[in-house]
Order: sequence, then structure tokens, then C-alpha cells
Amino acid sequence: MSPQIEQEASQPLVEVNSLKVYFPIRSGVFRRHSGNVRAVDNVSFSIGHGETMGLVGESGCGKTTAGRAILRLVPITDGTIKFRGKDVASASPEGMRKMRPQMQMIFQDPQASLNPRMTVASIIAEPIKEHQNLGRSETIERVQELMDAVGLNRDFANRYPHEFSGGQKQRIGIARALALNPDLIVCDEPIAALDVSIQAQVVNLLADLQSSRKLSFLFISHDLGMVRHIADRVAVMYLGQIVELADRDDLYANPSHPYTEALLSAVPEADPEYERSRRRILLTGDVPSPSNPPTGCNFCNRCPKAFDRCFRDEPALKEISEGHLAACHLFDNS
Amino acid sequence: MTDITQSKLEQQSKPRSQWLDVWDQFSTHKGALAGAGFFLFVLLAVIFGPYVWAIDPQYIDIRARNEGMSLAHPLGTDQLGRDTLARLIRGGQTSMAVGLTAMLLSLVVGTLIGVLAGYVRWLDGPLMRLTDLFLALPLLPLLLVIIMLFRETLRSALGPEAGIFLLMVFVIGITSWMQTARIVRGDVLSLKEREFVLAAVSIGTPGRRIILRHILPNVLSPIMVSATLGIANAIITESALSFLGLGFPSDFPTWGRLLFDAIDYLQQDPGRVLWPGLAISLTVLSVNYMGDGLRDALDPRIRGR
Repeated sequence: MSPQIEQEASQPLVEVNSLKVYFPIRSGVFRRHSGNVRAVDNVSFSIGHGETMGLVGESGCGKTTAGRAILRLVPITDGTIKFRGKDVASASPEGMRKMRPQMQMIFQDPQASLNPRMTVASIIAEPIKEHQNLGRSETIERVQELMDAVGLNRDFANRYPHEFSGGQKQRIGIARALALNPDLIVCDEPIAALDVSIQAQVVNLLADLQSSRKLSFLFISHDLGMVRHIADRVAVMYLGQIVELADRDDLYANPSHPYTEALLSAVPEADPEYERSRRRILLTGDVPSPSNPPTGCNFCNRCPKAFDRCFRDEPALKEISEGHLAACHLFDNS
Repeated sequence: MTDITQSKLEQQSKPRSQWLDVWDQFSTHKGALAGAGFFLFVLLAVIFGPYVWAIDPQYIDIRARNEGMSLAHPLGTDQLGRDTLARLIRGGQTSMAVGLTAMLLSLVVGTLIGVLAGYVRWLDGPLMRLTDLFLALPLLPLLLVIIMLFRETLRSALGPEAGIFLLMVFVIGITSWMQTARIVRGDVLSLKEREFVLAAVSIGTPGRRIILRHILPNVLSPIMVSATLGIANAIITESALSFLGLGFPSDFPTWGRLLFDAIDYLQQDPGRVLWPGLAISLTVLSVNYMGDGLRDALDPRIRGR
């Protein structure tokens, strides 16, 4: 092994360090800056080569914003995102354009993510046209290869997105994301808009592509069952912060943070016997506003196990057992 | 049977020109075809008409004044004995030219301002206030002032016809782009938040190509509608200005001018009002139908239905 490859293997593909994305709130006659919506607040994690990182959490907890920030599709307030050692957050527009082919995104709504006035062929060819100097016939050939790879009939090349079903549209989106052979694909709830039978097809397609092309995924979802199926490691987000991060089996077997426990207890069981005996932890209250989070722990006002310190100090994300991180005072030994 | 489907599929798998699809859809819209046919007819008539109907529109034959329809003068003559058909053809040249160029000018200005205001956030405020300013201006007095100020200068610089033509096109174009700009801005604002634009950003498509490839094709239908209405508006504004005596000189026929001249003879000879009026309305109608068909043909969701 040459030293460079060795270094690359030891270094994670993406390293996110205390990422913050705040959206300013402007109010009053002069549109003065009066506060921030803390969509992503001090989030750190890493994704290794060929790894699938699951990012779960309820609606509005900042999953999508975190995913978009990695591709710099939203302005980043603070923090660094190292992609192969290069910082995405501070890259120049030209430098960013050079990095774009290595990271792509699959969107939640397959309908909205395809331009209704372009044919399937031109949608899939767009990244190739932007970044590679291929001739016309080579581009067509490449598009057809990609259509084969995602299981689309080659004869559909001249059709328009509205002529396809949801699952097929999502395949078009996947083919577009694959066109430049990226290393990282951010999957922003790619299955949420599909019905269950199609969900399985799309997830299996993603898994197949991962093993044949050595892709890394950031898999954003609120479907805990699907994340368990596809992810290697899972991060749980609540109100803009990661509350727990662990290997998949570890997290599903021993959820440590009270929020994760409550979240996992909501997953329905397929077996009616188990389903009847399943105990749900019901949280009271609503998610606080991300523009005005509670002092202390973000989860303190809903946590069934909260004690006095939770209302004062903010817990840091730290290792509670090997490879298992949680942000909770319950695990402080001091 | 199988062979046919097979060869059809093979044919289909090669990317075919999108304009072929557009034409296929356009030709199924009967109104659009009729409109396009009529518009083409008017266009050819005003371009090649003078060679076929070779009477000089300025030729005064005082003995044949106020004549009705006859073989020598199919649409009659006016109070100075000038042939109405010849004047209609000659007037059509000016009216069509003014209508089309002014429409193009207002379309380009309106689309440019609308897209810039919608896409570039810090330009939105200034450009929209500019649009409001133009909308708030009392147009007719403004037109009168512009024409008063620049008519003589342009006339002496470029000659009476070209000078007035440029002035008319400019004046009409510059006072009719605001609706287009507002509509386009609204559409661009909603389009740029759509996920396919985000997808293009994540691919690394630069801003100008995002506008050309993703945004402009999707705001085409309001632009088409503005264009068709714009031609009508330009022809009518030109008529109004001629009517006020500030358009083209009186010996220089346009459809609006003919209409104006004929009003005094409405009782005596209603035919003289009818012909230029008919020409204006039918042209505008045909352009409207054409625009309708074109809008449908350019939208792949409607195409093939």
C-alpha cells in the first residue's frame, strides 16, 4: 500500500465538526436581525469510506438542513466540513464546483426534483455535460448505462418525468446522482414519498449500488425500520443537535438517551404477539421552537428522566461505551 | 406487427429533436394552426402585397373619391380617391412591424427584469420599485412628452419614417414591459425554491445556465401569453397615438391612422372603418390563438393529450 492510500483509508471521507446552520429571523419595520432559527446547532460526525450513516429524527429537527449543509446547498454559519481533507464550508465557488462531482444528493420528492420540461435523457446527462467533455454519442451511451444500472428501460430516454410513477422517478434521480461516479450521496428521505412495496425496491437498489460502486451514504430518514435495514451507524437528532450516535446494532439493542428510547419504542412490530406486549414511551408536550430552545438540555422539558442538572447545564456528546456516543447527564460519572 | 414495434422502439431510443415534438403537438391544435395560417397570410400580404396590387397608396385620384367596392378598387377609395386596399396593405407593413418589434422589445426587457429580480435577491427591491415607478406613471401624457421632445431630433437624424418608427417602437416597448416583469418575477421566485433547481446547484451548474436551462423554459407560458397580448397592445397603442396626431405623419398610412381618418366618414361610408378594424382584430386574434397553441406545445405535460 502506498502511503497516500493508507492515509486515505485511515481518514474518514467526510468529517463534520461543530457544524452550525442558523437562519436569521428579521422583524420590525427595518427588518432588524432579531434572532436565529437554530436548524443545526453544533453537530459533529464523520462518515467513512463505503459506510452508510443513518440520520434519524422527527420532522423539523434539522436532518435535511444538515444534509444540505454538507453539499453547501444552504449557507453555513459556523463549523467545518472536511471532505477528503478539504473544507467544504470555506471553499471558493470555483473550488466548490470542482468538488461537486464527488458528492451528490437524492431528494425526497421525486416529482419536484426533476425538471418537468426536460426528457429523462437530458436530466441524467446534465451532470455529464457540466463536468465531463464527452461527445454526443458517448454521452448517450453513458446515459443508457446509468439507466441500466438503476433498472430503467432504455426506451424511456425520450419521455418526460410526468409519464413515470414515483418509484421510477426516484430511479431517474438516483441515476442523475450516480452520473459522475460520486463518493458520497446524501439521500434526503429518498423513500418517504413512495409506497411501501416501492420503498423496498429503492432501498435495495441503493444497497446494490453501494456494494458495486463503493459509495458512502448519508441516509436521512424518519423510518427507523429502513434505517436499521441499510445503515452501518446511526445518529439520532433532536432540535438541531445529535443526541446519540452509535453502531446500528448497538443503538437498536441498547438505546441510551431517553429520546432514542422513546423514538425506538414507537416502531411498530410486525409480529402481533410482540406488538401486543410492546410498551410505548409516550412523550408529553411539543418540540420547543428551534429559535428559542430551553436552557440546559434541549430535551429537558419532555424528558421522563430529567433531574435538576438537566435544566441548568447543556450536556456534551461524549463516549459512554466504545463507539457509542450520547449527550445526556445520566451517563456522567462525575 | 412485432417488427414494427421493435423498429419504433429502436427509433425512439435515440434522442429526437424536441422541436419535432413541439410541432407534432402544435399541429393538433386546430385553432393554433388556423391562427398561424392567417398570421402568415397577413405577413405575406403586407410584404408581397405591394408587388401584386401595384397601385400607389399615395396616388390621389380626385374624380374617384368616396367610391364603393368595384373591380378597380376592391375595397373602395377614400375622400381623396386613394385606393383603400393599397393603403391597407401599406398600413399593415407599418402596424405589423411596430407591433412585432415593440412586443419583442417589451418581452426582452420584461423577461430580463423579471428573471433578475426573481433570481438575484439583492436586485429584487430596486428592480421592483423601478417597475412600480413605471406602472405609476401616467402613460399617455408621458408618451406625449417623449414624442414632443424627440420627434424632431430623430426625424432630422434618421429621416421621417425610420425616425418615427424607432421612436414608436421604443416608446411602446418601454411602457409595456411591466406586466411581463411582474408575472415572470413571481414565477421565478417560486421556481427557484423547487428541488430541481437545488439539484442543479448540487451538480454545480452555474447560475446563468440554471436560468437558461431550468427557469426560463418553465416561465415560458406566461411569457407567451404576454407576447400575444403585447402585439395587440402595441398595435392599439400605435393607433391611439396616431389618433392623437402624434404617431406617424398623416400621409403615412397605418391601420390605426386609417381607422382615425375613416371615423369622420362613418355615416357616409362604413366600409372604410370596417376594413382596418377587421385587420387589427383578426391579426390580434390569430396571434392569440397561435400563442395558445405554442404554449400548449411547449409544455410536455399537456403535449400528447
